[in-house]
Amino acid sequence: MKALVPVVTVVAFIFALWTAAVVPMNIHLTADMAARQDIPVTPATPAERKEVGALALAAQNTAVWGMAYTLDRPNLPSPHQVGAELYKSVFTVEPTSRRSLLYHAWVTLSATLLGFVIGAAAGILLAVGIVYNRTMDKAVMPWAITSQTIPILALAPMIIVILGSIGIQGLLPKSIISAYLSFFPVVVGMVKGLRSPDQMQLDLLKTYNANPSQGFWKLRLPGSMPYLFASLKIGISASLVGAIVGELPTGARAGFGARMLVGDQYGQPILTWAALFGAAITAALLVAAISLIERKTLHRMGMGAAA
Amino acid sequence: MAWVIALLIWAAGWWLNGRLAQSSYSDSRAVSLAIPAIFGITLIAMWQVLVTMLEVSAVILPAPSAIAAQFAESIPILIADFVQTIIKGALVGYVFGMLAAFGVALLADRSPFLTQGILPVGSFMAALPIVGTAPIFVKWFGSDWESKAAVVAVMVFFPILVNTVAGLKDTTAMQRDLMRTYAAGYWATLFKLRLPAALPFIFNGLKIATTLALIGAIVAEFFGSPTVGMGFRISTSVGQLAMDMVWAEIVVAALAGSSFYGAIALLEKRVTFWHPSQR
Repeated sequence: MKALVPVVTVVAFIFALWTAAVVPMNIHLTADMAARQDIPVTPATPAERKEVGALALAAQNTAVWGMAYTLDRPNLPSPHQVGAELYKSVFTVEPTSRRSLLYHAWVTLSATLLGFVIGAAAGILLAVGIVYNRTMDKAVMPWAITSQTIPILALAPMIIVILGSIGIQGLLPKSIISAYLSFFPVVVGMVKGLRSPDQMQLDLLKTYNANPSQGFWKLRLPGSMPYLFASLKIGISASLVGAIVGELPTGARAGFGARMLVGDQYGQPILTWAALFGAAITAALLVAAISLIERKTLHRMGMGAAA
Repeated sequence: MAWVIALLIWAAGWWLNGRLAQSSYSDSRAVSLAIPAIFGITLIAMWQVLVTMLEVSAVILPAPSAIAAQFAESIPILIADFVQTIIKGALVGYVFGMLAAFGVALLADRSPFLTQGILPVGSFMAALPIVGTAPIFVKWFGSDWESKAAVVAVMVFFPILVNTVAGLKDTTAMQRDLMRTYAAGYWATLFKLRLPAALPFIFNGLKIATTLALIGAIVAEFFGSPTVGMGFRISTSVGQLAMDMVWAEIVVAALAGSSFYGAIALLEKRVTFWHPSQR
């Protein structure tokens, strides 16, 4: 509980900053709207208002501040507008409807999870190969590390278009991007983990006359678990980001990315913001799920104190 | 036939690498650079053979030779795109995000209460798909590089902030007590003890942020840009099915990403030469 107070304070501060920023961000739109409704604003004409900065305009028109929080198409929606939109699109619409955020969440989530499972499994297999095969270690590992410095995510839309042109559509292209993004963090973390047993422990197994496969199952694999979970957490959020970016500029019709884009193109910023927060909540839930599995697993293995 | 040749190339590359890795020189610098290079060349050679012999359409996958030709031909365009996206968008945003993160970290560092709050919130924000805010920023700041720099600044802010705050905490009571016996004040302690001790953490954050900066700058261009820039070029070339141009931009992105990361890593090596991981 004691750890919660500072976190809540920081979050409250961020929301306060957001709420305060709503007025200057929207004041030009608000002043225009107020003028149309014959509410006096200073300066009176739109051309003059354009010359005035946002903060100055806000200071001159304190009377219309309240309207800045209820615009239909604000530059910056207020927190309660985003909250209301989130509530409306999650709880009041059927989950199967296209207007439900849960429907879009599921589209993104299914691609994320499929890609994550493929990427993590392939990553673990490659890591085992790297640890047990010197040639693979020397040849592949430098590329695995270098590839993390390349902005692969930026190429996601292109990969989807290419796969679409050879007839692969729907879930799979997004999953491939998700798999790719979660693959390398898992490889690097798992290699580190499989190599974490020290010489003393390896020697002990040798004195037990353990063969290599026993060494793997009884020492290296259990020893790698904390490293594996740390990289799985990075991998799953990378997977989600990959799936969302894969939906963004490719004309996808469903998913968080599509929802953000629709809000942007049809001038409904509240939709975009609700989708962003939906994605953030999903990311938090995914990481929390991995943390839970981590705690249970490490606890069963007697490493609970470390986690 | 094509598959047989490709398989032969693979076998030859693998055999050569196997010999090199098992040889007594395998830990020398030259060999440990040669092995991944041979691996990469093997893959490119297989790609070239398969694409030309199976007559794969250039729309799906152009041959490496075609990409190289396109790259050489369009160097002026690639340089213009590089300046617009990497120098103006990514680098400016990176510097602003970094300075903001340092500022907030130093403020937060003065109070343990704030530190406790900022660390979890910051690491949560760092895991979020912030790149999704790109359309919003393009709407706010217009389609030129300013909006890209803004996206990049927000994206790099959180990893650098979290690592800096964590690094500033990384001194032992013994070290701080020693500074106190020297009668060192807050600023002397900060500059002589705590900032140097935080440097390995800070560089970790800076290195993570290099890739994020490029991603942010390129992705933001998909939502609106002047008629120059890597993201612009990629999306229009995909529309024209000019895949060789897309791949040429990918090569630029890969080179820029690796050298940006390499530059930060080199700086880290020079600045934190005393740290165990660098010796």
